[in-house]
Amino acid sequence: MGIIVDRNTRVVVQGITGAQGNFHTRLMLDFGTQIVAGVTPGKGGVKIHGVPVYDTVEEVVLKHRANASIIFVPAPFAADAAHEAMEAGIKVVVVITEHIPIRDSIQIMAHAKQRGVTVIGPNTPGIITPGESKLGIMPAHIFKQGGVGIASRSGTLTYEIAAELTKRGLGQSTCFGLGGDPIVGLNFVDALKMFEKDIQTNAVVLIGEIGGDVEEQAAEYIATMKYPKNVVAFVAGRTAPPGKRMGHAGAIVMGKAGTAESKIAAFRNAGVKVAEKPSDIANFLHVYTPKARKLEGEGTRT
Amino acid sequence: MKLYEHEAKTILAKSGIPTPTGSLAASPTQAKKVASQLHPPYAVKAQVLVAGRGKAGGILFANSLKEVEKASSKVLNMKIKGLRVGSVLIEEKIRVKKELYFGITIDRSRRCYVAIASTTGGVDIEEVASDKPEKIFKVFIDPTLGFRSYHARQIANKMGYSGKQMLRLAGILEKFYKVATEHDAELIEMNPLIETADGGFVAADARLIIDDNALYRHLQYKERLFSKDKTELTTEEIRAKKAGLAYVQLDGNVGIIGNGAGLVMATLDAVQLYGGKPANFLDVGGGASKQQVVEALNILLTDQQAHVVFINILGGITRCDEVAKGILEVQKEMGFVKPIIIRLVGTNEEEGRRMLTEAGIHVLDSMEEAAKKAVDML
Repeated sequence: MGIIVDRNTRVVVQGITGAQGNFHTRLMLDFGTQIVAGVTPGKGGVKIHGVPVYDTVEEVVLKHRANASIIFVPAPFAADAAHEAMEAGIKVVVVITEHIPIRDSIQIMAHAKQRGVTVIGPNTPGIITPGESKLGIMPAHIFKQGGVGIASRSGTLTYEIAAELTKRGLGQSTCFGLGGDPIVGLNFVDALKMFEKDIQTNAVVLIGEIGGDVEEQAAEYIATMKYPKNVVAFVAGRTAPPGKRMGHAGAIVMGKAGTAESKIAAFRNAGVKVAEKPSDIANFLHVYTPKARKLEGEGTRT
Repeated sequence: MKLYEHEAKTILAKSGIPTPTGSLAASPTQAKKVASQLHPPYAVKAQVLVAGRGKAGGILFANSLKEVEKASSKVLNMKIKGLRVGSVLIEEKIRVKKELYFGITIDRSRRCYVAIASTTGGVDIEEVASDKPEKIFKVFIDPTLGFRSYHARQIANKMGYSGKQMLRLAGILEKFYKVATEHDAELIEMNPLIETADGGFVAADARLIIDDNALYRHLQYKERLFSKDKTELTTEEIRAKKAGLAYVQLDGNVGIIGNGAGLVMATLDAVQLYGGKPANFLDVGGGASKQQVVEALNILLTDQQAHVVFINILGGITRCDEVAKGILEVQKEMGFVKPIIIRLVGTNEEEGRRMLTEAGIHVLDSMEEAAKKAVDML
């Protein structure tokens, strides 16, 4: 169970022969991800860690029935790779690549909408359903199967929080990064909808940051839909001054829009507990989801 | 990346959008020479990369060449929001009938470009949007269609124009959209776009911010990013950018280095929560090399404002031993001139810790504990 990816996900790695693609293919294989093939134009025919490499995604879909792609292709060519995957019929595209121009991302999202494709990223650490599948670059050992769904706008901060939850006995159903760019495929409302339907998920953690308004939208959704599962939020960037980009292209306060105060207030008004510091999240989950511990005791549950 | 007004106007003029006649000058004498080729009255405009220069006195008007010289000398000696004025744009002053606004930017939640027009130009468009939303017209641009001629006509029509004048304005808006996409604009504005006394339209001011990630497609501007006098970045920020570090200077007393934007932001917040004040944001990114760690530490150790340096590393792609090597090199080369608090966990943690512990450097493993300690050291 979990959302978007599970043990049946058949993965193609685009950009598999590059340094990052090669390295993370090995880690994903170690984790147990079903990687059926890789693609690097011009390198078709070789093998990487035993995985066959092709020139086009079309071949991979025909021969290996791949249904998800993870992209490590450099930014100037990443949009082409994403379009190729979508046109070949891939339904889940995870774009790890950083620094993709906004204009290219807008085109990717429009194409995805037309074909009903789920895009995660760009500029995301990827997605992991502990015990089942990992399409990403996150260190696997800090995650553990369980009932907490995590959606996040950042990478290492997610690791910080997931590691803390795992240490405190709170496993995760699925954990993924929306991506640090201004234009990304999924938002928090999408995540909430999917986690709501997932029977393994009994609580949701949203890790937000300054910039944009996905946190405010999520708060509104939670309030109006009377969201049935417990939600705990964290918002990074309380100390960020307006007009300065805090690392992520998407993390910028413009005028009054996108401040941490606005997001925290929106969550609190919707009845969502907002953690002051990362370690508070586990405290809130323990208090508000007594079931979480019980679920851990039940062991694997799929 | 922000372009100067004169750069943005040159781009607009090349694509056929009317702009005021004028030219750039770097000295009062040059300004006078430029003005001698123009018709009075004149506008003298400071070229700086920050908004709000009008309010700061960076735009002056002149009726004679002598006044141009005087105004230019005044503006060229100014500092606007801490930035030196390196040049002035001398233009013929336009006879204004009405000030309009037209801009194109990104709509994050709709995942598309949005064209924004207003009949109230020359002021902060965000203020207009909140005070008089009825004066704002928006078109969300479907990426598969683009901004078509009929969109331009719709907007010109809503702005109250008809007949030939409507077509003339629509033509300008259409060309403007082309400039926006061709230059990978994150934001592009004509504010004000002026309806002149004789019924024409002129872009009296122009702003263009190019998406940093698209700069590889616009190399002529990218080169300028690192030249000291032509960017809004501080010396340290340029130094960090060259080393591939994301660095933002703030005004507190605790220097902060971390990996990953979200984690660094959360670290800043934690320091503030425990009573300190962050001196900066510094993200070494994913998979930082020893050299990047050295450069990051050097920036903060030489920053007079930062009394303590807090290094917070959670290794995923980043390797703790590589970070430790960087820290040890700095210790050897220049010594720690101020207290350094280190939190180091994740990939190759044991090796990294061993290296630092052997050199007598204490390593912590909780971010919150480390943040508290950093503040205690102040």
